[in-house]
Amino acid sequence: MAENEERLRRTMMFVPGNNPAMVKDAGIYGADSIMFDLEDSVSMAEKDAARVLVYEALQTQDYGDAELVVRVNGQDTPYYENDVKAMVKAGIDIIRLPKAESPEMVQQLEADIIAAEKQFGLPEGSTGLMAAIESAKGVMNAYPIASASKRMMGIALSAEDYTTDMKTHRYPDGAELEFARNMVLHAARAAGVAAFDTVFTNMDDTEGFYRETEYIHQLGFDGKSLVNPRQIPMVNKVYEPTEKEIRNAKNVINAIEEARLKGSGVISMNGQMVDRPVVLRAQRVMRIAKASNLVDEEGNYIEK
Amino acid sequence: MEIKETAVAGTLESSDIQIMISKAADGIQIDLQSDVEKQFGDQIRSVITTTLNEMGVTAAKVKAVDKGALDCVIKARAIAAVQRASQTTDQPAWEVL
Repeated sequence: MAENEERLRRTMMFVPGNNPAMVKDAGIYGADSIMFDLEDSVSMAEKDAARVLVYEALQTQDYGDAELVVRVNGQDTPYYENDVKAMVKAGIDIIRLPKAESPEMVQQLEADIIAAEKQFGLPEGSTGLMAAIESAKGVMNAYPIASASKRMMGIALSAEDYTTDMKTHRYPDGAELEFARNMVLHAARAAGVAAFDTVFTNMDDTEGFYRETEYIHQLGFDGKSLVNPRQIPMVNKVYEPTEKEIRNAKNVINAIEEARLKGSGVISMNGQMVDRPVVLRAQRVMRIAKASNLVDEEGNYIEK
Repeated sequence: MEIKETAVAGTLESSDIQIMISKAADGIQIDLQSDVEKQFGDQIRSVITTTLNEMGVTAAKVKAVDKGALDCVIKARAIAAVQRASQTTDQPAWEVL
């Protein structure tokens, strides 16, 4: 969990699991998380081949620092069991459960992961999990789902299935997703896990993509699921802190260091006390600033 | 593992390799088509042969059409093709993966 809080998860890029060209190149775009898909982007006849392809790629390809996620097939399919076993054996970081509707489904996945870790002699707890919320029932159970397992990394809203379930479809202004977004986000924050917004599929509508990303950034989402690597720099740009935010964060960090050197428990900056939320926010700003190459190693702002 | 029927895995898209496996009396015979045959033909054949050996396949006819696949892709498609040809797709060969 400690690591859970540390990590940046602005971008989670979908990679169709049966496409060797995309699977092999997935690491070059700088996504914070790469999500190999064995579910909707793979046809029924190719489920077995996709599973083996992702497995072998994970053994040999270098995906840098990206967090590696795989979306397995649903628990009501005959592919689920072997998907989970293969991905645990492959040493994937996170298994993503689609169509999560209850905490029991998450606990089932956790039990299956534990069994697979035992079967393949891996240390217990080496595989994390996350859940995708894709229905009205899932949204209503968002908090029980998000807090169902100690291995939970985060929850993601998946809007295509959700809007269908709600007897609507996606609109440019996103009003139909307002309740679901806030439920998922609150559930994630209350459970102390990450929150991911849904994909934006119209690649020609750059303006709409920015509008939606700025909106979910404002709400407080950790990041967004993406279908195209072209969207990665766009999301990173939205999440980039401003020069003022960085200079302020640097001052807070300096004040912490100063208090530490003086042996003082109270952190003060410009004569005012700095409390914990300010410190946490400053640390987060610096982490994103570093990832965006906006500061040097000591945390000083780099002029453009 | 016994080859029971002819089966194919992989596509003809770039970076992939399509591998067809069918019954043979004995030995592994590989018919390979690849634009990089001169540079990598031996390597591709070796990955296929090694994978088949690891899966306990001693007799098979293999037809492979390579579109510039990496070794991990060749291995993955060979495994998938053998599992389909031996009708063991539901019980993956965990020790070979």
